[in-house]
Amino acid sequence: MSSGPTLEKRHMGMTAANRLSNTVIYIILIVMSIIWLAPFVFIVMQSFRVESTWMTGYVMPQKWGFDNYIALGKTDFWHWYTNTFIIALFTAALQTVIVLCMSYTLSRFRFKMRQPLMKFMLILGLFPGMLTMIILYRVLKDLGMTQDNAVPGLILVYIASSGMGYYVSKGFFDTVPKALDEAARIDGATRAQVLWKIILPMAKPIVIYTILTAFMGPWGDFVFARYISMNSTAGMNVAVGLQSWLTLDQINSRYTMFCAGGVIVAIPVTILFMCLQRYYVEGVTGGAVKG
Amino acid sequence: MLSEREINYLRMPRWQKPFWRLGQGLAAIPKGFGRFFAGIGRGIAGFFKGVGENIADIGRTFKNGNAVTKGSFVVMGLANMCRGQFLRGLLFLLMEAVFIVYMITTGGYWLSMLPSLGLVGPQEEYDLILDTYVTTYHDNSFKILLYGVLTIFFIIAFIVTWRMNVKQAKISQEMIESGHRLKSSGDDLRSLVDEGFYKTLLALPLTGILIFTVMPIVFMILVAFTNYDGTHDGYFNSLFHWVGMENFNQVITWGSGSTVYSATFGEVLTWTLIWAFFATFTNYFLGIFVAMMINKKGIRFKKGFRTILVMTIAIPQFISLLYVSKMFAKNGIVNGFLMDMGWITTALPFWEQANWARITIILVNIWIGIPYLMLVATGILMNIPADLYESARIDGASPWKQFSKITLPYMLFITGPYLLTQFTGNMNNFNVIYLLTTGGPTNPAASGASGAVGYTDLLVTWLFKITTGAESKYYMASVVGILIFIVVAIITLIVYNFLPSIKNEEDFQ
Repeated sequence: MSSGPTLEKRHMGMTAANRLSNTVIYIILIVMSIIWLAPFVFIVMQSFRVESTWMTGYVMPQKWGFDNYIALGKTDFWHWYTNTFIIALFTAALQTVIVLCMSYTLSRFRFKMRQPLMKFMLILGLFPGMLTMIILYRVLKDLGMTQDNAVPGLILVYIASSGMGYYVSKGFFDTVPKALDEAARIDGATRAQVLWKIILPMAKPIVIYTILTAFMGPWGDFVFARYISMNSTAGMNVAVGLQSWLTLDQINSRYTMFCAGGVIVAIPVTILFMCLQRYYVEGVTGGAVKG
Repeated sequence: MLSEREINYLRMPRWQKPFWRLGQGLAAIPKGFGRFFAGIGRGIAGFFKGVGENIADIGRTFKNGNAVTKGSFVVMGLANMCRGQFLRGLLFLLMEAVFIVYMITTGGYWLSMLPSLGLVGPQEEYDLILDTYVTTYHDNSFKILLYGVLTIFFIIAFIVTWRMNVKQAKISQEMIESGHRLKSSGDDLRSLVDEGFYKTLLALPLTGILIFTVMPIVFMILVAFTNYDGTHDGYFNSLFHWVGMENFNQVITWGSGSTVYSATFGEVLTWTLIWAFFATFTNYFLGIFVAMMINKKGIRFKKGFRTILVMTIAIPQFISLLYVSKMFAKNGIVNGFLMDMGWITTALPFWEQANWARITIILVNIWIGIPYLMLVATGILMNIPADLYESARIDGASPWKQFSKITLPYMLFITGPYLLTQFTGNMNNFNVIYLLTTGGPTNPAASGASGAVGYTDLLVTWLFKITTGAESKYYMASVVGILIFIVVAIITLIVYNFLPSIKNEEDFQ
């Protein structure tokens, strides 16, 4: 190594530069963490504010208390909460079944209509989903599944077309070696047995990812829920209900209650998410890599 | 061996290369469109060729068929049943029976009304018993259009089934004549969990998509050619009817429509594209940047920083969006803080002025989007072979060089399709816009274009406002929806022609 000394020197120079750049990075990351967390800290603090219910320019409550949380009991909040929870539960169960059926089939079977079907669904996906809302609302209304009875209607709307969201889990199934299927088939297993006994036990990460995203979807959906419940407070989900508290005529009496409601909605979903984070991360990165 | 073109490229001065590449890319656009339309042309030609071949085959089947095969032309499933395939025969026969009964009882009516969408609207009629005028309701345009579309779907399904029935009659006759055994009903049922398992698996998802996506989209496309709106709801107040291209003329002034819609469309589309561009690329590059910072060797608490960012994904978006929107309000926390510090005396118009609102939205969207991109980028960065960096370091490449020559090309290559879906997703990003600004501040010039169209409205939020607005111009909403589709489709086509990473699907397996 004739260039030993110079390399050494460069290396030492790098560490000094490295220390500086690491410090800068720490500062950036800490500032970022503060910015990213601040709104959530603020919302929690404001939810405990007792002295006034309207929007204020300050964060720290002058008087702390559970008044806003208790006041939620006198509103429709818990009703919306139950609505959303029921919807999320059904959607998680049914949507997972549909998505898995679809993605497994498109990954494993080679049938004549496969390519045209995938292209067709790609094209369908380019239409804004909201467009279909106009007619679905009217049809569901005729079936008595809107406004006060929006819950079954919403479940139907969420799960019916969920087969089109097969990309992420198809990407997963594509990575499971086909040799496994073939070995089992040679041993005399039917296609159904292959899926049930061999693939599904291996697919735990993607099943959990699908359940998790399907469960979280209804908590945040605004537009479909707003359309199907159509101004009926009994049929709203939390997103539509809490948004209605921030309209001009309500915000002054409900702002801190909105904060309290938001905290109550966020806590269980966040806990669930943090527990299953690993699967979510796998799904998201896998989905992005495979497009 | 390098081609002459490649040698020329390598000989070019450095500054000229990007321009040359851009030129090549732009030059490829017409070719891409050419390919696309040629593809459509081939598709249509193939369709008619297929129809012709099918008709010829049906003729041959009839000519060569024995009595049972010929009988299947009229009584569906006859051949199957006579040859021992009871289940298939029964299903064919059932389909025929249902079809005939449906067409006679109601289908024929819906189909006959489809061209007019209803003849008699609600009437004021004198009621002898009540001794007053009461409104009686007659035709229902909405139902006529809906069931008309369904009937057409059903007819197509029937024709396809009938063709299948004829084909099976032919095949079963040939197999019997050549002494083969036919599949029994038991074989058919067993196949549903084995070779034909895909039929079982796809039945439910595809039915859902057909009823809840395909049918509504066909219906809504047709609505764009009617005058269906709040005052023509088709039953209670007035019938609606076909108007041809009139609605499109209003948005794209190739006719003599009013200019409000076309002007609004131009503005909203421009902002939609600007927004999608910035929302996608700011998040993308900053996300990569943050991921690289957290992943850098020697940085500690990697997991902690990552968890803080990921937590913001977990909290339902509507909460964070609504809360942040109020934070930036005139009397919100941000203005309150800035005034307390004495840095400003009057509140900053974050949501009140067009450009302020647009920039604030993009900034808030960065706050929303970075955690996702950080996750995605982290996963991919870890997959970049470490020896690439190793050899780059030995060659003395600066960190910037390493980023621009290794990291970025690798990321772009892998995430090309993802970027595209992000872009189109942002074009239709209803939640961020609607929950932050509800599209405001209102654009006074667009007041005629249904609903309070604002400076931050995207095409989708405009669509939403049109349908929920006072006039409920559903036909305009569906025109906007179709235009969104066209814009998104064009972008997708262009990008797909450029992307290097659209690999053969089977390569992954």
